Amino acid sequence: MSNLLRFWIDHRGELAIMLGEHVFLVAISTVIAAGIGVPLGVFAARRPRLATPFVAVANVVQTIPSLAMFGFLLPVPLLGGVGARAAVVALVFYALLPIVRSTIVGITSISASIRDVGVAMGMRSRDLLWQIELPLATPSIVGGIRVAAVIGVGSATIAAAIGAGGLGQYIYRGLSMVDSTVILAGAIPAALLALVVDGALVWLEQRLSTRQRTSPRRRVAALGTLLIVIAVLGTVSVRARGTSTIVVGSKNFTEQIILGEIVAQTIERETGLPVQRRLNLGGTLICDRALLTGDVDVYVEYTGTALTAIFHQQPSNDRGAVINTVRDLYARSGRTLLPGLGYDNTFAILVRGSDARQRGLRTIDDVARVAPQWRAGFGYEFLERPDGYPGLAKTYGLMFRDPPQVMDLMLSYRALAARQVDLIAGDATAGLIEGLDLVQLDDNRRYFPPYDAVPVARATTLLRYPEVRHALERLSGRISATEMRRMNYAADARHENPADIARAFLDRSR
Amino acid sequence: MDGVEFRHVSFGYRAGVRVLDDLTVTIRAGEVLALVGASGTGKTTLLKLVNRMLVPDEGAVYVQGKDTREWDPIRLRRSIGYVIQEVGLFPHLEVGGNIAVVPRLEQWPDDAVAARVRELLALVGLPPEQFADRWPDELSGGQRQRVGVARALAADPPVLLMDEPFGALDPVTRRQLHNEFRRIQARVSKCVILVTHDLTEAMLLGDRVGVMERGRLIWCGPPADIDASTDPTVRELVEAASLPPSFPRATA
Repeated sequence: MSNLLRFWIDHRGELAIMLGEHVFLVAISTVIAAGIGVPLGVFAARRPRLATPFVAVANVVQTIPSLAMFGFLLPVPLLGGVGARAAVVALVFYALLPIVRSTIVGITSISASIRDVGVAMGMRSRDLLWQIELPLATPSIVGGIRVAAVIGVGSATIAAAIGAGGLGQYIYRGLSMVDSTVILAGAIPAALLALVVDGALVWLEQRLSTRQRTSPRRRVAALGTLLIVIAVLGTVSVRARGTSTIVVGSKNFTEQIILGEIVAQTIERETGLPVQRRLNLGGTLICDRALLTGDVDVYVEYTGTALTAIFHQQPSNDRGAVINTVRDLYARSGRTLLPGLGYDNTFAILVRGSDARQRGLRTIDDVARVAPQWRAGFGYEFLERPDGYPGLAKTYGLMFRDPPQVMDLMLSYRALAARQVDLIAGDATAGLIEGLDLVQLDDNRRYFPPYDAVPVARATTLLRYPEVRHALERLSGRISATEMRRMNYAADARHENPADIARAFLDRSR
Repeated sequence: MDGVEFRHVSFGYRAGVRVLDDLTVTIRAGEVLALVGASGTGKTTLLKLVNRMLVPDEGAVYVQGKDTREWDPIRLRRSIGYVIQEVGLFPHLEVGGNIAVVPRLEQWPDDAVAARVRELLALVGLPPEQFADRWPDELSGGQRQRVGVARALAADPPVLLMDEPFGALDPVTRRQLHNEFRRIQARVSKCVILVTHDLTEAMLLGDRVGVMERGRLIWCGPPADIDASTDPTVRELVEAASLPPSFPRATA
């Protein structure tokens, strides 16, 4: 608990911004959904035959999982892509159902005799709507908006996956760092926000159902105007963010966020162009889509990942060939592969630093000599995949004392340091390598496929802003695996801010 | 020709079932026709044909000399006041707002609306300064009916339709409102069609009484003449009401 409080105090500026983004997302999407949903509900309520299919369609939309919804929206022009706009579109879809339904219920539950009296007094259809139906349905409609807003607070946490910001960023960051403090740092304010929103709208609901002295038409008109103003302001501000800035993306784990900051700050320092950060995007495919559609101008990818996950080619352990293939494939879809940052984030065969020094171990070949007395621990994935343990054992002729133990990847670092096993396969840039005094053995037979970290940018952006290309080329070969481990360690273990880590790195290696 | 005239009017909600059957009757300006009959005899349907909530299958209804089918329904309805039993007041509007509905639809200036609300509340015996800002659910049943009458009279319509206006009231309040109604009608002198299931009320309030049975008007005449009728349904009604032999006419 005290950890959590300290985290909030240390990150209070960031927390305030995320909270602001979250409220913005929910407010704007609820307002737009009300602007669409109430007229839609009125329309359906007056044509009973339409009401049922309307609610059915809205029900189906409601059941689409949020991540799938973002996936559907990614390639849609104007509405989709990544960033706040696409998140708002998705949230609007979710908010529509309760609003449409409550509007239909509010209007259809008005007694027929009240409506008859209105007609008999000579009200036209629109008089009936504005003077009788809407005022009497208002409590029900506000109730629907309340449900929509509360659902929105929850759904908006997922918006962080497509770079729309909000409290979900802590949740994702915490998940990628396996740090429950950070998860709670985002989840608790989100839950509190839901309660506050709920309470505020209950209050509004009561205000609107106690009778007001103002004329109902004027009241409804004022509410409508307010909604429109907020919606216009929101649209403008969402748009304003997108013009003539360079957008830097990243995936949603620590190393990627640090790299995103390094790229962003380098562009800022070298070119003076405004940079927008869309860090923490939910995975490789979302980053790739965003780069294709122009929602992101540049992010750092790994050559092996691009080859297999993006372009669906066979893995290869020929470093030069992989780079050439990937550069070629990117070029065909209007993207440019820039020079590598200087490290390879591949599998790393790790041993304790003390063992390496005592026995003079430098390469995997060296370890083959001592292996028959050693125990190994591997993650399940590494044991199974073809470019994992089976091939490794064959390539180097490795034999261990016992069959390798299966263990969780994160735990295997600790198990190695605690002498429960003597050799593991980890990530080459894991911060724990640095923190636990582990040593990576050289893959001298080039068994593992290369995962060189390389910036990828939109070709059109580089043509328009050649200075961006120059800036990114200056990063070429500047980050070693050791350097990357240190930075990951600073973020994961010491909870330093990725932006500060990036700044310190750029200052240091100027 | 300022009143309402039914000429051979027939109407049915479903084919083959006639709720009104060849009905002919004329109500002159300033006259009150009180219709009496059991439930389901077509009394309310008759009212709805006047303000074109319904249109006759056969025959025609004339309001102020013009066939209702030729009227613009909105204009027609705004020139006809409508009072119904119990409900009918809009729960989200104060008393003043309820009375002001038609004048506002007619886009009267605000001060004219306010003046009319005060005038009508005074007319129906509710002090305006006490009642204009009350909500309908803060009123007693009798007060609500008075407001209903005031609202129906708001735009000074030549025709007034009243569907069981006093049906849900206790006997004392009801007697009070009967007196009020006669006083108001003496001042405003509308063409009124009033529907009730109570012959006593019909005889007290109507210049003429109409007795309905199965969609037909089986008897129509001044209240004093009803004793002389030999029609078995009318006799049954009269005996059920157990009226004193020489019933005094209110406005006579």
